Formats: sequence, C-alpha cells, structure tokens
Amino acid sequence: MLSFVARRLTEIIPLLITLSVIIFVIIQLPPGDFVTLRIQQLEMAGTKLSEAEIANLRRQYYLDIPPYQQYLVWIRNIILRGDFGMSMQWQRPVSELIGERLALTMVVSILTLLFTWGVSLTVGIYSATHQYSFGDYFFSFLGFIGISVPGFLVALVIMYLVLARTGVAMAGLFSERFVQAPWNWAKVADALKHVWLPIVVIGLSGTAGLIRTMRGLLLDELQQQYVITARAKGVAERKLLWKYPVRLAVNPLISTIGWLLPSIVSGEALVSIVLNMPTTGPLLLQSLLAQDMYLAGSFLLVTSALTVIGTLLSDILLAWLDPRIRFGGVTEEA
Amino acid sequence: MTMDIASREPQGTQMGRVGEGGMDEEKEEAYFVASQWRLMWWKFRKHKLATIAGPMLIFLYLCAIFADFLSPTVPTARYTDYKDAPPQLIRIYDREGGLQRPFIYDIKRIVDPKTFRRSFVLDTSVKFPVRLLAHGEPYKFLGLFRTDLHLFGVAEGPLFLLGTDSLGRDLFTRILYGSRISLSVGLVGVFLTFTLGLLLGGLSGYLGGVVDTLVQRTIDLLVCMPTIPLWMALAAALPRDWPTLKMYIGIVVITSVVGWAGLARVVRGKVLSLREQDYCMAARLAGASHMYIILRHLLPSLASYIIVSLTLSIPRTILGETSLSFLGLGLQPPVVSWGVLMRDAQDLSAVAHHPWLLLPAAWIVVTVLMYNFLGDGLRDAADPYK
Repeated sequence: MLSFVARRLTEIIPLLITLSVIIFVIIQLPPGDFVTLRIQQLEMAGTKLSEAEIANLRRQYYLDIPPYQQYLVWIRNIILRGDFGMSMQWQRPVSELIGERLALTMVVSILTLLFTWGVSLTVGIYSATHQYSFGDYFFSFLGFIGISVPGFLVALVIMYLVLARTGVAMAGLFSERFVQAPWNWAKVADALKHVWLPIVVIGLSGTAGLIRTMRGLLLDELQQQYVITARAKGVAERKLLWKYPVRLAVNPLISTIGWLLPSIVSGEALVSIVLNMPTTGPLLLQSLLAQDMYLAGSFLLVTSALTVIGTLLSDILLAWLDPRIRFGGVTEEA
Repeated sequence: MTMDIASREPQGTQMGRVGEGGMDEEKEEAYFVASQWRLMWWKFRKHKLATIAGPMLIFLYLCAIFADFLSPTVPTARYTDYKDAPPQLIRIYDREGGLQRPFIYDIKRIVDPKTFRRSFVLDTSVKFPVRLLAHGEPYKFLGLFRTDLHLFGVAEGPLFLLGTDSLGRDLFTRILYGSRISLSVGLVGVFLTFTLGLLLGGLSGYLGGVVDTLVQRTIDLLVCMPTIPLWMALAAALPRDWPTLKMYIGIVVITSVVGWAGLARVVRGKVLSLREQDYCMAARLAGASHMYIILRHLLPSLASYIIVSLTLSIPRTILGETSLSFLGLGLQPPVVSWGVLMRDAQDLSAVAHHPWLLLPAAWIVVTVLMYNFLGDGLRDAADPYK
C-alpha cells in the first residue's frame, strides 16, 4: 500500500511542474502585459507616465526580465517562501487574496461533492430496484434535464424566479449584515441558508450523470447469479441489496471521483461568477481580464494542484478498496 | 431462442416464436445475417426518445441554415420605438371581426408616474396585418444574392414574437441567427476533436513505446486541469480585436483542446486490447501493412464507441462556446450567438423586468437535450451486451 502511494506521489511532482509551466505560458499569451494595460487605463483617465515611471513599474513587477526568468522567480518564491507574488490589481499579496476565497471554495466544493454523492446513490439505488416504475422514469427524465441544462443557466433562472416571487436577490453567500462581519456561528448559519442554491446548481449535472451510472451498474449487479441464489435461499431483499451488489456497484463510482472533482471545481467557477459568490470564480475572471499575472497564474496553479491531489486521494481510496489495483492487476475498466 | 440470455427483453418475444410460420423464420434469418449497422439501426429505433431527437436536430439545423429567410427581420435592425418590448402574439381572432387573417396589435409605451418605469400596453385599436412571404429588411440569402423576402412579416408594426432587447432588436430573429454560430461551433469543434483524438489515441495505442508515453502524459496533464478555468484563461488570451472568423476559430480550437483527451484515452485503451487479438496477428502474418490493419480491422470495432462519444461531445462544445461568450471572453457583439444573447440576460435587474431575455436558454437546453437523447440512443444501440 505504501509503495503504491509513494509511486503515485513521485508521478505527481513532474506533473505539477509541467502544469506550472503551461499555466505560466497561458497567462503570458495575451499580447502586452499588466503594465501596458495599466498605462492604457491611466492614459484614458488623463495621466501620462514618463519613461522612467514606466520602467520603474516594470521593474517593480519583475516585468523587465525575460519570461523564463520571470517564471523562475515566481516558482522560487512559491517554493521557498510560500509567497505567491503581489497582485497588481489589488496591491495585496496573492496568498492573502486566494486564501480568503479558497477556504470557501473548498467548503462549497466538498459540500457539493457530498450532495452529489448522497443524492445519486439514493436515487440510483431506488431507480434500479424499482425499474420501469413511474419513479424510475421520472428520475431518468430529471437526470436528462440535469445533464442538458448548463449550471449557469439554472442559476440565472432560479435567481430570476426567486427575485420575481420574493423580491430578494439571491446573489452572494451572505446576507447584507454578515458580509463584512467576522466569523461567528450566526454567520455560519446564514451562509448555510444561502449555500443550498450554489450546491444544487453546481451538483446538478454531476448528480444526473452519477444517477444513471449507479443505476446501470446496480442493474448489472442485480442480475448476477449470486443474487438469484441468495434470493432463492430466502435472504431478505434489503439485506440482499446492501450486502454485496451496492458495494460492488459503488466501486467504479469511487474511481470516478477523480473526474467528479475537476468538474465540480470548474463548474463552481462559472456558477459562482453568475451568483457573485465570494469564492475563486469571480476573482479568476477579473484577474484574467486584467492580466494580473501573479493572481491568475497562482489561482490556476492552486486549482489544478487541488484537482491533482483530489485525483490522487481518490486513487488511494480506490486502491485501498480494491486490492487488484494495488497489485497492478486490473488497471482500468474500459 | 435468444442470443443474449442476460437481457431483460428476450429477443424471441419480438421476433415471434420459433417455427411459427415462415414469416418469423425469415425474420430470424434476417436478424442473424444483418450487418453491424443494420443491427444498430434496429436497436436505435426502439429508443423512443432518440428517434425524435434526430428529426428535431435536423429541424434546428435547417432553421439555422435558412435563418435569414425564416426570420421576420434582420438581427441588426433596431426598432427604437419598441425597445424592451414584451413578446407579441400573432392573433387570428378578435371580438369585432371574429376569425380573420393573422394580425398583431400595436403596443404603446407608457411611463409609470410613480416609478418612472417604462412598460408597454396593448393598443387594440390599431391592427397590423401579418403577411406570408412579406417584403422586409433586405439581406443576402445564404450570403449569395440580395433579397428582401421573408417567410412572414409586417409592413409596419411590432412583430416581435419573443420581444426585443434594450436596443430594440427582435429577439426571435437574433436567436435564429445565433443558432447558426452556436450549432456550427458544435460540429466544427467535434470534427477537430475527432481528428486529434482518433489520430493521437490510435497511434499511441498501436505504436506504443515513446509515442505512447508522450501522448499519455499529455492527456493526463489536460485531464487534471479544471476545464472552465482553462477555457477562461485561453479565451482571455485571444486578442479582443480579432476579426470574427478568427475569433470563431479560436473559440472552436479552445473548446476542443480538452475534449480530444478523453476520446484519445479510450481509443488508446481499445486499440491496445484489440492489437493483441488473433485476427490482427493473422493479418500481419498474411502481409498486411500497419495502415491496412488499422483502417480495415481496428477502426470498425471502434466505430460505435467513436460515434457515441462524438455525439455526446457536441453539446459540450456548444455549451463551452455559450459559457465563454456569456462571460464575455468569447464572441463579442455584434456577432450573434446564443452565448452573446445570454450575456444580455446576465444583468439581474434587467431580467427581472424583461424576463423574455432568458428565452435563448430554451434553445440551448433543447439542443443539448436532443443531442443527449441521440447519444443515449446510439449508446444503447451500439452496446452488444444488452
């Protein structure tokens, strides 16, 4: 088990390094850089900067050295000092900006994951055991809707409906009073009241897909010989269901956490922009548009790293559950 | 008399029982000698939802192709008297004249004295007849020749089937024109994904070794980056002032850059397993070249999976373009696409007063839904074990 984990960890390091290079290249792709944009903004506002001031700005943000050196400086700061750089837009350390939002993002993502799992498993099991019933068709239909309707659309429609009915704009994660308040139990309760909307919206498509998968897998399992034998021997239906088939059907689902997590993180980005939540999504959009290199780059790096770690955790979980994977037997189900 | 014992619907029940007249024996015979594609088609037909999805999608694409003829006006025409007008019904009945030729009422703008909000109220005293094959705003039919014939239209008056936006442009027209871009993005993007995924996945699986490792690492890399942030970053890299066509190609490339990874991975897996089969070895021994083996033997086995995967990735591409344009990173006005139309609906206060701005969403949902049904039907049809 340990050797498996060690092997996977060593695979991840080069992955993360390559990721950081790619992200850096992507951020640098737009022509010009932050300083050129800033100059444009200032000129439109009427201020003109002298050559010396421009050069100064450049030097301050490390923009006067060649790109590969910029990259090395960035990485060196991250690894040695945990310093993700200074956001040019906000004039604050990136680690602060990300830090305040990252915690919320992770909480929302994990809650969404739990929601997706809880609902899909329950509904999937119900659908499989009551196949062709009204409930089955109903949930299948809902599932299709869930896969087809993009998250931000649902968010928009729900926000509109809530606004039309109650006159309350459901944007943001906190009500007016709590936005700036320090964390206390009341704030947590308030957040919980608001968080159901993002969770449902983000989890919708994942839930739908998972329901269908779970239903299919469980149906396959329920047809196996051992189920028929157990039923013939008089085992109660409920015990029959839970003792083996569900556990076996859940197995492939665990391996798909690896796919679920990236989709939740990315879906979360879009929905949080629409709902104007204080998570990473809106900040990422702004930083990309402003070419705030350190902020955008660090964001992408952190999100990708989280995804990679999430995939790693899911692989470890799967290996723990299924000994075949540990010992390199069956690698993947086609 | 079934081939698949595990199936829940024994084939025998629909084919008739054995020995019950020559008709059924013929049917069985047909079933056994039917080609792979025929079997798939029969299976496909059983999936009710998928069978309506096909014609529905064809209808949507035809609407997109003939959008300029089908719409009553052009997407850039601004009706300044009717900004933010609600949807208007074409009526055929009214109290005075009874059943009559289609017409629309005029709408008058009123300002609420307390809130100063503008709204429209129906003016039933003025009627504008709606004509079939009417003359309206001039346009170039399919970009070929100038004409001003529209399928239906009015000489004057507010013919806005789905309302107007804040600049007074007809939403119905804009949705139809927008479908050209949004629907074609799906097809073009999938073509790119298909080529890349098949080529790289197939080569990687067949050749193995260094090529395989390289492609695998690339795929791992692409899969572990969250999609939408990746798209956002790439789209932000496109210069704002690119001409429309370049922007369009850029968006298509971006949305397929992640899609091919999934396809390549599965193709590689299947090629790997198929490569070791006896019939491949026999072909090699008989002197077949690599290319021949790939094209003649491996590809048909993959075909069903590829078809399903492509059908299911078209909606992802369409949604990708919609999301990007919605965020403002994709196509920019004056280009019309569903995503750009949704962008107008982003402002919550605007939507609260003019909810018809959300209507392009219906087109998006229907398109994606139909593609999902189609893909689901194809997947059921192609699955040999059910």
